[in-house]
Amino acid sequence: MDCTGPTRRQAIASFAVLLSPAADAAVWPADLAAAVAAFTRSAPLREGRVTLEIAELVDNGNAVPLSLSVQSPMTPADHVVAVAVFNERNPQREVALFGFGPRSARAQVSTRIRLATSQKLVAVARMNDGSCWSRTVDVIVTIAACIEGES
Amino acid sequence: MARTLITLPAQIRRDEVIEVRTLVAHPMETGYRPGADGKVLPRDLIRRFSCTFDDGVTKDLVFSAELFAAISANPFLAFPLRATSGGTLIFVWEGDNGFRQAETVALRLA
Repeated sequence: MDCTGPTRRQAIASFAVLLSPAADAAVWPADLAAAVAAFTRSAPLREGRVTLEIAELVDNGNAVPLSLSVQSPMTPADHVVAVAVFNERNPQREVALFGFGPRSARAQVSTRIRLATSQKLVAVARMNDGSCWSRTVDVIVTIAACIEGES
Repeated sequence: MARTLITLPAQIRRDEVIEVRTLVAHPMETGYRPGADGKVLPRDLIRRFSCTFDDGVTKDLVFSAELFAAISANPFLAFPLRATSGGTLIFVWEGDNGFRQAETVALRLA
């Protein structure tokens, strides 16, 4: 080929970059980004260290088991101060905020949450040195919470 | 008085990391949901939870949580604790409409 514009192969490659998960933070809605920034105190967010365990396909959004853990030695010099969970499409962006003390041997917590619809979940951990780590997970919900009234 | 359920392992060795599991009976009404009459039900949430360990000398915060409407009814929380000595665990749930529930559980080492 002797054309000077982008080849079809290059064009496909550039689309692949746009769709890659690394671009997640850039495609968050403004209110989600604002809620996360309020927790991180505008520290740069890095992907990793946080594990967020939740079913990818959720039958019932009223009680979805969620457990999260953060890779950290939990020593006085290096520990997790707090972990927050945010969502993309519930009425309110915050899900929960967890704080750990010196007696927490591991930064780990399990709970049950509500999900209004299929959406992204973001877990953010704040370390004692101020750095913030995150993990984003997509979940598909078939029966939503918060929609139906009392029967 | 809300019913609570707090579970510790049956046998705890010194310096073992145990999982403390807690559950409290509470509707966690979101404030977004219409009731039978079509009117939105008023918000009624547990806002805060804390677990403190008292070894007879000092009180240390083990774990705390801020809960929002996205937490399911009857909030369940499980978290780790390193059992360095025997003592008392104090659990407190606080929320809307003056809700407050406190429980104490003895931590005995085997």
